[in-house]
Amino acid sequence: MKAFRSLTARAAVLDRPNVDTDQIVPKQFLKRIERTGYGQFLFYDWRQDPDFELNRQGCDGARILLAGPNFGCGSSREHAAWALQDYGFDVVVAPSFGDIFFTNAVQIGLVPVTLPARELKPLMDSALEGGELTVDLEAQTITDPASRVVPFEIDAFVRHSLLNGLDPIARTLRCEAEIAAFEARSPSPVNTTSL
Amino acid sequence: MPKTLFDRIWESHVVREDPGEPALLYIDLHLIHEVTSPQAFDGLRLAGRRVRRPDLSVATMDHNVPTDDGPVSDPLARAQLDALRANCAEFGIPLYETGSGREGIVHVIGPELGLTQPGLTIVCGDSHTSTHGAFGALAFGIGTTEVEHVLATQCLPRPRPKTMRILFSGELPFGVTPKDVILGTIGRIGVGGAVGHVLEYAGDAIRGFSMEGRMTVCNMSIEGGARAGMVAPDDTTFAYLESRPGSPKGLAWEHALDRWRTLRSDDDAVFDRELEIDVGELEPQVTWGTNPGMVAPIGGTVPDPSDYDDPDERAAIERALDYMGLEPGTPLRDVRIDRVFIGSCTNARVEDLREAAAVVAGRRVSPNVRAMVVPGSATVKRQAEEEGLDRVFEQAGFEWRRAGCSMCLGMNPDILAPGERCASTSNRNFEGRQGRGGRTHLVGPAMAAAAAVAGHFVDVRESVGAHP
Repeated sequence: MKAFRSLTARAAVLDRPNVDTDQIVPKQFLKRIERTGYGQFLFYDWRQDPDFELNRQGCDGARILLAGPNFGCGSSREHAAWALQDYGFDVVVAPSFGDIFFTNAVQIGLVPVTLPARELKPLMDSALEGGELTVDLEAQTITDPASRVVPFEIDAFVRHSLLNGLDPIARTLRCEAEIAAFEARSPSPVNTTSL
Repeated sequence: MPKTLFDRIWESHVVREDPGEPALLYIDLHLIHEVTSPQAFDGLRLAGRRVRRPDLSVATMDHNVPTDDGPVSDPLARAQLDALRANCAEFGIPLYETGSGREGIVHVIGPELGLTQPGLTIVCGDSHTSTHGAFGALAFGIGTTEVEHVLATQCLPRPRPKTMRILFSGELPFGVTPKDVILGTIGRIGVGGAVGHVLEYAGDAIRGFSMEGRMTVCNMSIEGGARAGMVAPDDTTFAYLESRPGSPKGLAWEHALDRWRTLRSDDDAVFDRELEIDVGELEPQVTWGTNPGMVAPIGGTVPDPSDYDDPDERAAIERALDYMGLEPGTPLRDVRIDRVFIGSCTNARVEDLREAAAVVAGRRVSPNVRAMVVPGSATVKRQAEEEGLDRVFEQAGFEWRRAGCSMCLGMNPDILAPGERCASTSNRNFEGRQGRGGRTHLVGPAMAAAAAVAGHFVDVRESVGAHP
């Protein structure tokens, strides 16, 4: 996966609570068997409305998305994270995230930053005025155009994974001896091949 | 140190744990369907990896399949189903494909095959995997990269979630069902209310529910934001599992029972959060908005945004009412419907169909309503037909369909037209979920059946005649 350190870019603002993954990528686009090319389907239904937030002037080229609480709730479709990344977003900042979306984002190197609403709202105001934000994962800060620095918390292991673009599967495969020992000690009682 | 049910399952599945890192958790059962798996299998091939434990994996076709008797006419859907067939063959994973007699919604067939068992860790690339927690398993939805991770390693790294117990106290009133209990709960905590937590449902009400009812409750845990939901196993659980194809047999069954009986939270176990809900105060529920937390009792009205002080909340309600085409203050009973869908991993088991059939028996679907029943699996369909439920529904004017996810998510030909309003026993009323512009109201099976007959929402307790 893609490693991330720091980014200075324009930010788009989608200040709605509980944006579910059905909105991020509607279901009719989940029949594809490819992993790429979902950016064109991002918020497909909402983008038909010319007043939709991402259709506003100034959102072109935005690589940071500032969103409302519980962003990415609902369906487990990783296509939602793929679509955001393919559309051009590298970072999503929200007061909270749906658990599965958060995990999916980390898997592919889309950086989910959790920031309380009272700190996020002024950043949204700056972004709407057209200023660029700097998200620095190493320093755990977001800097607004007036050079105001907003620190954020992030799980140390999540940060480490994102900074280094770790492949989580390769990491687990290195635990082969422990997995085999576990299987010998506590075998799963299930056998799907003998029904 | 007293333990919760969650602690017991979690701790017995930790393969490795290093300070400051997520635990590596062993996965006992991996359920697979056509939509979230093709990219995972591609990833395996690209990296030259194998499926570590095909014998702990099982696949079915559910999201895309048409539920009429015709072939798969959508070329994209067909390609995805073909990919699943080819991937399962290549990697040796058992597949219950359409027509096999064991196909169905992945969360319906796991339990009915006896694969879903107490104490297991279960994952699937589907958020409603929380359903399996009804058996006292730790079951949660994952994305496609993690599907690949489990295929390759049979493990997942996971930070330890928090725990929350929801105690259902009081006596369940007549006509109030498990669906009403979980909708009422989500209405109270909100769709983000349990983010980061694994729920344990406790109390006499949940003990009194059948396995089907417990599955309905656990299924919608994700709609409250929870990682998973679970119910400690008991004699109801064991009776359901006895003699299922995948259940332990003979001496192994006795040993399993001994093990399963230890799967409970200690009386003095400490949860990160506790919530008590008096189910005696609940009425049948109907959602009015665009997420499952936007719900009210059938005796209630569509809310008025101007009653809300918080500007974000007010704006969200305004948006929802605009999408749903509803006026503030409208009694929910006055809301007319065009479609009725009885189905989905929430409410398409035989008990759900019996509940709906009891309401429609001898009556007719309103002439303005198109209504369908979609059994959760081929097995449910067969059983319902043996009981004559298909005749009850067809005589009332319902369509009786083949098993699948159907109108729950509109990835197949069963969708709403723009502006159509549907009483649905599914789990999500998100914008466009059942078809672009479609308007979904979530209800239980009996409420959906009563609405089909009346042509608008009604209190099913009056519809069938209430007996205290």
